[in-house]
Amino acid sequence: MSDDILFDLKGVSKQFVKGKETITIFDGLDMSIARGDFLAIMGPSGSGKTTLLNMLGGVDQPTSGEIHFDGKRVDTLSETQLAAWRANNIGFIFQFYNLMPMLNAHRNVELPLLLTNLGKGHRKKSVAAALELVSLSDRAKHMPKEMSGGQQQRVAIARALVSDPKLLLCDEPTGDLDRQTADEILEMLQLLNREYGKTIVMVTHDAEAAKYARRTLHLDKGEFVEKDLAA
Amino acid sequence: MKDVYLILKNLTRKPLRLFLTVFATFIAFMIFGTLTAFQQAFDAGVDLAADDRLVVVNKINFTQSLPIAYVNRVRAVEDVEAVTHLNWFGGYYQEPVDQFAMFAVDAENFLTVYDELLVSDSERAAWIANRQGLIAGKSIAERFGWQVGERIPVNSNIFSQRDGRTDWDFDVIAIYEGADPQTDTNSVYFHYEYFNETQSFGGDWIGFMGVRTSDPERNEAVIQAIDELFVNSPAETETVPEKAFNKAFIEQIGNLSLILTSVVLAAFFVILVIVGNSMILSIRERTSEIGVMKTLGFTSGRIFRMVLAESLLLAILGGVLGILASGAMVALVNQAPIQLPVLVLGGSVWSQALLFMIGLGLITGIVPATNALRLNIITALSRS
Repeated sequence: MSDDILFDLKGVSKQFVKGKETITIFDGLDMSIARGDFLAIMGPSGSGKTTLLNMLGGVDQPTSGEIHFDGKRVDTLSETQLAAWRANNIGFIFQFYNLMPMLNAHRNVELPLLLTNLGKGHRKKSVAAALELVSLSDRAKHMPKEMSGGQQQRVAIARALVSDPKLLLCDEPTGDLDRQTADEILEMLQLLNREYGKTIVMVTHDAEAAKYARRTLHLDKGEFVEKDLAA
Repeated sequence: MKDVYLILKNLTRKPLRLFLTVFATFIAFMIFGTLTAFQQAFDAGVDLAADDRLVVVNKINFTQSLPIAYVNRVRAVEDVEAVTHLNWFGGYYQEPVDQFAMFAVDAENFLTVYDELLVSDSERAAWIANRQGLIAGKSIAERFGWQVGERIPVNSNIFSQRDGRTDWDFDVIAIYEGADPQTDTNSVYFHYEYFNETQSFGGDWIGFMGVRTSDPERNEAVIQAIDELFVNSPAETETVPEKAFNKAFIEQIGNLSLILTSVVLAAFFVILVIVGNSMILSIRERTSEIGVMKTLGFTSGRIFRMVLAESLLLAILGGVLGILASGAMVALVNQAPIQLPVLVLGGSVWSQALLFMIGLGLITGIVPATNALRLNIITALSRS
């Protein structure tokens, strides 16, 4: 496997049992994601976008097949090992931001660092840098309810970035935002990809959002078609 | 330690709910602390009773008298170290409602038998020398403001003097303290001779005897010897260890222990339901947040511990405040002008309370913590 490949999925199948019925989402899916890629995954509802994202993020396991991350197999890890793996390698950005309502922006961004051995001083510096990157240094003490949707999503991006993960997984990151704010968030993701070399996988329904990615995969009934949208 | 901030923030995120839950726990532990102090005070009458001390009463019942001649016969029994005798006086100070325990006793031997009542040697000698002298417990003296050297009138609601008066004059010779904080200091003791010579009826009889034996192991033999002395006489005796006598006396009121335990258990059961329900609701509301934390990399075990810690903290917060409040209640009761044993909120109450707090925290936290532990990330996020 090439050193440039960050994620490698080989023959991944995913089935759900619903009552007496077995629903197959993926059946022998192969895909690779290179380091520094910015991949958009589009497709109709039920096509398997979110399931794929969940498997990439280690919050769901394939029924069969192998998932390799950075050359190591991760689909066989235990729940506790996966939790540690996620903490070290993956940053998550959700559609509805999912900030902790009782914590201010600083404390929200600090959450992933509580899983590390960093001291209080180091954590403070890292949080300040992450908030600076998303231009929210002046909102560090604000509670989520005191911020707009765009600001909350930027705090969520800072939280995803603060532990310097290798991969950012974004689930409809602009789905709850107006066009202008969505563009600002997407520009930020693009900047993170191009300037900071972050590998990003983004699930979206929005064709405009997908234009910010380097390439887009269209999923339909568990199979995808790749289209290069950007150089 | 890194999670403490998160636990505190979760605990205080809904101040009204926090207040109501802590208040409910506070009430339960205040009831527990106060009632346990009462129970221990009543139990102290039994616990503090000397092992080597017996009580000799009339076999019919303890309100029936015994001839004073019995005292010397008991004194002659083998392994009897000291004997004193006591008569209930029915004393009250100034107003009939201000009643207290007052006994006419054999002053020379009394403090030998009841050596947990502490006075100095000089006070003891002064009391024995003064026929109109009395010794009063610290609590009763404080209640009525009596001072050593003062001359006070005390009425009896049973007896009268030969001239028709119901009040006797006494010199306050000493104010005794107890060897233990829960030793009764609400009683007053005076000379039997003064009582016997001045009362208008029924002289030369006594209420009951206090007997100190040479060794608690000899109690059974002494009991048998004393009761055999007076068998088939007009006033047969029943001799019992003091602990048994005090226990029977307290049980006249009813099974206090059962009553108090029932009240405390009812309070805790209600709290268990209230706090448990509150915790389950609180964690259920945070389903998506728990899902996010797990997604970020917090392990299920860590989240389980955080929820359990929150529940424990809640119980300890309400519990400690409740026990502190019960300390204030106990202080108030001790200052109140009523005839009650000395209440003490001691280390044993705190230890029991802490155990209950931990138990309450664990029981009310285990269900929501387990729910959080088992929560599947995908299910949790799909609810957001």
